[in-house]
Amino acid sequence: MKLDNLDRQIIQATQTGFPLNSKPYHVIAEQLNVTPQEIMLRFQRMLEMGIIRRIGAIPNHYKLGFTANGMSVWNVSDEVVDEYGKKIGELPFVSHCYRRPRHLPIWHFNLFAMVHGKTRKEVEEKIEQIALLLGENDLDHQILYSTKILKKTGLRLID
Amino acid sequence: MNVQTLHTVSLNETQQRLLNDFQRHFPLSSNPYAEIAEQLGISEQEVLQHLKELSKQKVISRIGAVFRPHSIGRSTLATIHVPAIRLAEVANYISSLPEVNHNYEREHYFNLWFVITATDEEHLEDILNEIEEETGLSVISLPMLEDYHIDLGFKLCF
Repeated sequence: MKLDNLDRQIIQATQTGFPLNSKPYHVIAEQLNVTPQEIMLRFQRMLEMGIIRRIGAIPNHYKLGFTANGMSVWNVSDEVVDEYGKKIGELPFVSHCYRRPRHLPIWHFNLFAMVHGKTRKEVEEKIEQIALLLGENDLDHQILYSTKILKKTGLRLID
Repeated sequence: MNVQTLHTVSLNETQQRLLNDFQRHFPLSSNPYAEIAEQLGISEQEVLQHLKELSKQKVISRIGAVFRPHSIGRSTLATIHVPAIRLAEVANYISSLPEVNHNYEREHYFNLWFVITATDEEHLEDILNEIEEETGLSVISLPMLEDYHIDLGFKLCF
């Protein structure tokens, strides 16, 4: 499905957040000169099409004490990466799990799993669980901790 | 923002529920906050007040939609090995690009990691080339090939 101009305008108008106002869809509708029903319909449609995964409160992990942010990267053979990727993606403490290309010879990791914890120790325990799950399929892995968040914004639409 | 200097906030029970139970299924109806209020057994005004407070404290980044990667435009996770002496300069430049929405310094040989979101493949290539030209450093682009996580929000244990 392709997004039309109104969908894009709605995404743009709400990318920094919904209005904290009794009738948020009315506020957006007024800005875009359409009916509030149209706005709700568009959100419903984008949800059904899977373009939007969820709508709701987006917590800031850091402010909630999840200050250890470990990007774990794994070298898993291509034959089993899908099978294990799905299992790892289902772990409750994994917030993102992607397969990405290797960039040989300097980068041989093809599976990325983001793990948040309150301390590095907690992150390491969780990473250990992933390592156990992979067993001998864990050819190599590393944890990359973030030391500084230099920029973090929601999705931006550039027209 | 320096991770080490952050201190955490304490939240009351209503605020915890607002954060935990409403990461999905935000009502698509005329008075969504009133619907949430009803579920929590408090007034709409209280819900709005709590949400404003949580936003002000930056405990909530926003109330809004989470998009599936690649559903709008093209994005990639990119990394650069930046010599320590140039890290601040290069990091500032990367952050200044409107197409960059995340930029993290990480403890690794590859010490700068950022996400670029562009309108299409060509635009994405242009930005990657521009960064290489501007910094004189090579950029490794690692676009998502498969997404294994079903995003149901983030379970917070208070």
